[in-house]
Parts: sequence; C-alpha cells; structure tokens
Amino acid sequence: MHSTDNISTQNIWSILETVCDPEVPVLSVIDLGIIRDVKITRANDEDQIEVVITPTYSGCPAMDVIRMSIRMVLLEHGYKNIKISTILSPAWTTDWMTQAGKEKLKAYGIAPPNPKQQVCNTQLFAEDEAVQCPHCNSYNTRRISEFGSTACKSLFQCNDCLEPFDYFKCY
Amino acid sequence: MNETLYNYTLHLADNALILAQRNSEWCGHGPVLEQDIAITNISLDLIGQARSLYQYAAELSNNIFSSTTGARTATEDTLAYLREGRAYKNCLLVEQPNGDWAQTILRQFFFSTCQFFLYQRLQRSADSTLAAIAEKSLKEVTYHVRWSSEWVIRLGDGTEESRNRLLNALDDLWPFTGEMFTPAGYETDAVNLGFGVDVKAIKPLWEQRVNEIFAEATLSSPITGSEGVWMQSGGKEGVHTEQLGFILAEMQSMQRTFPGCEW
Repeated sequence: MHSTDNISTQNIWSILETVCDPEVPVLSVIDLGIIRDVKITRANDEDQIEVVITPTYSGCPAMDVIRMSIRMVLLEHGYKNIKISTILSPAWTTDWMTQAGKEKLKAYGIAPPNPKQQVCNTQLFAEDEAVQCPHCNSYNTRRISEFGSTACKSLFQCNDCLEPFDYFKCY
Repeated sequence: MNETLYNYTLHLADNALILAQRNSEWCGHGPVLEQDIAITNISLDLIGQARSLYQYAAELSNNIFSSTTGARTATEDTLAYLREGRAYKNCLLVEQPNGDWAQTILRQFFFSTCQFFLYQRLQRSADSTLAAIAEKSLKEVTYHVRWSSEWVIRLGDGTEESRNRLLNALDDLWPFTGEMFTPAGYETDAVNLGFGVDVKAIKPLWEQRVNEIFAEATLSSPITGSEGVWMQSGGKEGVHTEQLGFILAEMQSMQRTFPGCEW
C-alpha cells in the first residue's frame, strides 16, 4: 500500500508502463504515446490522480479497455481517487510513439510507422515509401490494402520473403 | 446559443452515425476481403466521430433541458438509440441504400469530400470541443477521401459495366448532394455565432474536387451536366426519405426491446 502522502507523478508513470494495448499487447500505453499528462491534486486531505489520455483513432475500441486497465492497475497499487480524462487536441500522431515501442512492434511482426509522415494527405494512389518487412528486413514490399485488421494498420506483403504483414500506418 | 450548438452538434453526429450504420451493412459482404475490411474500418472511424459528438451533445442537452424539465439524463446512447426519425438531422445522402459497390463508393466520395472541407474549417471553430473533434477526425476523413476517390476513378475508367454502374449511381445520388451545401437554420445561426462552418463557402471546393476526380475517371463533369436537376432537401430539419425508418428499426431494435441493455 502506498502512503498517499508521498506519491509522486513519477510513480504513476512507472505503473502505467505495465498497461498494454489489448490489440497490440507488446506496446504499453507509454510506448503508444497516448498518455498526455499525469496530475496529482490534493483536496480534503486526499490525493486525486488524474490521468489524461488521448485516443489513437476516434473509433478505436481498445480505448475503453485501456481506460479500465489504467483504473484497475492504479487500484491494485492502492490508489483510490482516480480520474481518467480524455483530450482530443492536439490529435494523436504516430510521431508520438517511442523508439522502444517501434522496436517492440517490429519484433512482434508489425512494421512500425515510418518516422516521417508521408501519406497523410488526399493525394491519390500515394503509398508509403520503403516500408520495411519486419521478417526479412527487405524494403521490396507492396501494399495490399490501405485498411487492415485494426483501424491503425494497413496490409502489406514482402516481395522477397513473400510474407504478408501489418504496417502501423502513419497518422 | 446553447440550443443552436446542440442542434449543430447533433447534425454532425447524425451524419456520421447513419453513414456508419449504412456502411456496416457491408460487413461480411464486401466484393473482396480487403475492401470489406476497408468499408467497415471507415464505419468504425465514423462511429468513433459520432461518439465524440454525441457525448458532447448529451452534455449540452443536460445543461439545457434537465435543469428545467427534469427530463431523463441524455447520454450518447440515448441520443443514438432512443430518438425518433423526425429528431434525426442527417443529410438525406447518408441514409440512401447501399445499392451496389458503385453506389456505396460514390455516396462515400460525395460525403467524405464535403466532410473533409467542413472539418478543415471546423478546426478553427470558436467552440473548442467541436474544433478538437474536427482536428482529430480530419486525419481519418483524409483516408476516406483518398480511398473513395481512387475507387471512383477505378470504376469510371474500368470496364463498361463498372462505368455504367457508376453512372447509374450518379443518377440516383446526385439529387441528394445539394442539401449538403444548403444551410439549415441552426447552421446559419452557428456561422453567425462563430462556431459553425459556412457550407455555401465549401461548395466550390467540393465541386472542384468532384470535377478533378471525375475527369481522372474519364467521366464528364456532373456539375455542368446537371443544371436544372431538382435537389432534394429536408433531412437536416428532420424530414427524411422512407429509408431512415428502416435504418432506425434495425439500429434501435435492441435498445427498444431490452431497454438499457449493454454488451
């Protein structure tokens, strides 16, 4: 049990490291870059912990689960007065994903988003350049479908090892 | 001001929800697996946008009405599942049936292109919640515009059959496009109050994009060829085609049969 007198936001951040995305379980909510702020306010001799999150995609069904997981893990650590709020602006971007997160994605078999956003515009028939196959590292790949198994991914195939794979598309 | 903001937010939410519900009818029926996934992904994006807007509308509604009338507390779910057809403020275009793939594609292209320009401007809304929802949604709509534009081109300069299907879809859907750029009363009020987008001002941008994509698809401009076509209207004010009743019957049946049920 924590003594509520000496909690710090740093503790909360390290606890949040253990909360994972239910659809891409190798990524923590920190890796994803969806935790925007952690605030501790003291009122009536009690600390209130506020975790501010932002959704990846508007319709991402994982957000409700993530919200619940954050509450559960903080309760497990003895925190009782928890508020989880959502902000939409500034809008989440794949640029906020950590380098560690990108490496974990690749090891899991999902090509991480390219660092520089290339195709987030209405230009027709545009494709991300040089999406690297997470299996054989070849850049000789092609897009099969702009939309994939979840809102955040598109479907690719490697022309060298022929394996199909998910690409975490730029956003 | 609050009631205008409430109606305006509901209008944006209803557009997103009804089109999402229509598109979701394709789930498991898409022409190929990838496009089945694409159209249902677009549905999911639109449902997400609708949720943000309904949550805000519920907050506004509770501030306006409950304090005085003691009415039941509104939530995103009561707004989506317990309103009658006449209370829906979506454009007639989004409630039109899926038809064939060409009809679905062209409906998406017309709507997403309009939504793209609208959200672009709504990002600068004097209302910070609407501005944030627009900023968030615009990234998703950008994908919808590109995807549906590419499909209009593919069908238009594809085979004789795909081209004919697209032209048939154009005949069916064109009379429903005018309503998007004819402001309802609450839209005009919203512009005057500084948080709404002037839909008349985005019409030329929409027309230019439609012309560009149709030219690319080797089709003649639907704008120059359609002077004198009667434009349908009424949806934004709650007067709908018979299609909406069928959509609501399916979408609301669970909540109406088992009130308060949850997944």
